[in-house]
Amino acid sequence: MNWEVVIPLFIFLCSIFVVGFYASRHLSASSSFLHEYFLGSRELGGFILAMTMVATYGSASSFIGGPGVAYEMGLGWVLLAMTQLPTGYFVLSVLGKKFAIVARKIRAVTLIDFLKERYRSKAVVILSALSIIIFLFSAMAAQWVGGARLIESLTGLSYTAALFIFAVSVLVYVIIGGFRAVAITDTIQGVIMFFGTLVILVGTVIAGGGIENIMSDLSAENPNLISPYGPDRSLTPLYVSSFWLLVGVGVVGLPQVAVRAMSYKSSRGMHRALIIGTVVVGFIMVGMHLTGVFARAVLPGIEVGDTVMPRIAMEVLPAWVAGIVLAAPMAAIMSTVDSLLLLVSSAVVKDVYLNYVKPDASDQSIKRFSIGVTAVLGIIVFLMAVNPPDLLIWLNLFSFGGLEASFIWPVVMGLYWKKGNASGAMASIVTGVGSYILFNTFQPNAFGMHTVVMPVLISLVSYVLVSLLTVKRHEETQAFVQENLWKA
Amino acid sequence: MNKEKRENGEDPRFQIANREALIGIGLVVINFLLWYGTAYGFGSKPVAEYNYIWGLPAWFFYSCIVVTLVMLVLVIVSVKFLYKEVPLDEEEDN
Repeated sequence: MNWEVVIPLFIFLCSIFVVGFYASRHLSASSSFLHEYFLGSRELGGFILAMTMVATYGSASSFIGGPGVAYEMGLGWVLLAMTQLPTGYFVLSVLGKKFAIVARKIRAVTLIDFLKERYRSKAVVILSALSIIIFLFSAMAAQWVGGARLIESLTGLSYTAALFIFAVSVLVYVIIGGFRAVAITDTIQGVIMFFGTLVILVGTVIAGGGIENIMSDLSAENPNLISPYGPDRSLTPLYVSSFWLLVGVGVVGLPQVAVRAMSYKSSRGMHRALIIGTVVVGFIMVGMHLTGVFARAVLPGIEVGDTVMPRIAMEVLPAWVAGIVLAAPMAAIMSTVDSLLLLVSSAVVKDVYLNYVKPDASDQSIKRFSIGVTAVLGIIVFLMAVNPPDLLIWLNLFSFGGLEASFIWPVVMGLYWKKGNASGAMASIVTGVGSYILFNTFQPNAFGMHTVVMPVLISLVSYVLVSLLTVKRHEETQAFVQENLWKA
Repeated sequence: MNKEKRENGEDPRFQIANREALIGIGLVVINFLLWYGTAYGFGSKPVAEYNYIWGLPAWFFYSCIVVTLVMLVLVIVSVKFLYKEVPLDEEEDN
């Protein structure tokens, strides 16, 4: 075992635990368990808000999968990765104040609380809780696999042992600390991600003998590696542009991101978060993917994309620095998994159990139930990840697309279009998810665009059409909803 | 328009929120056009004819580095001059 690499990672894990315990003190002091556990009592400041947004969004695919593909595809993949820049400013601008204000009016704790008050329909609530549970579960499993593989490749432990270490680390602080622990650890993890990116980028450039040298090495191997089109010229402008919808704009529909848009304390904090988020996303996305491309000149011939980052770090950096830098993808994975875990748990506890099974549960029993559900969910994901599917990045994108297709319009149109109603939302979710699965199976990348594009368009059309067709049927409810959500 | 909505009794903070959502969309559109224009404008010629800036192909330098910095400046300017602070809680509002 490579102790110089393992010790910094170990210190990182320990400091994460400390945060979990710190946050759990807030939990026992808080007057409302649900608000504190799932939303941190809406107390996030600007810096933490930006970091938890970025860290939740930046996952294994930004640090392991993405750079691995960039290694294969060259600079064209960095161009593609830059479609993620809007996540820094777009989500908070669009959901931003409106979502925060409405969520406070109706005392929403989860995304589904909002949908419930906005559409007042049992079917919408159950359907959306189900999509969260199913899609986020597959996203989580993919991330756990990534985390375990990373520990495996760094320490030489067996996959199962690595997975076990990873699972225990995450579960402890999420279960005891809730949202506040997740947000604070996300912040630490975001900072590590930022500096890790800087160090490894500089290290790789130096090892490759400067940028000019690296570029000429790459173009000697295959000139297309430094073109925007990919080594076999398969990255068409249309295909690359369609990622704006998947990873730039569509992120608005991701529940784990949207829930953060209602967790901040003041609009001033949100303004700071817009700026900080853009800086951090921009830097990490350029830096990590560019490192992946440069790595090809330093360490040619790596077969498995996912191993590019760990190997380049150990190649170009002193071992103990590599240990610190490799805490970055570890941090990225943990900070995504922790949010997903908490979100799935909130879907089960708040959206299903408290809404329909036992609405009058006492704070004490909610507490026990929430912690129990979070723990059980963690164990189930662990069991799923023991026998993992391949192709980390695509699995992750699958759940991404599915969630975006289900939620983007019910959330965005629900906030900004008064005529949107429950039938429209149902139609949007059903056609969005349905067509996403169909396209994915029978016609992936239809018309040369990423699979998510058509389902998102189809679900928009059905949201609007069905809402307009059923105006009469929802007249009373809609009047009530407008009174509740829109009036001063 | 403005007055009509007030008379409807609509929460006045929503006007600010709506405006900022539109600014967000505007920023994305600008971002996309700059990104697309620089990447494929400079990058579509044969690789042998590329210009290089700081060792990087010009298309890459502009689309991934300069555009990112330009967007950052635009976000800062929008936040400082166009985004308004509003109280979020009900009690503060009254």
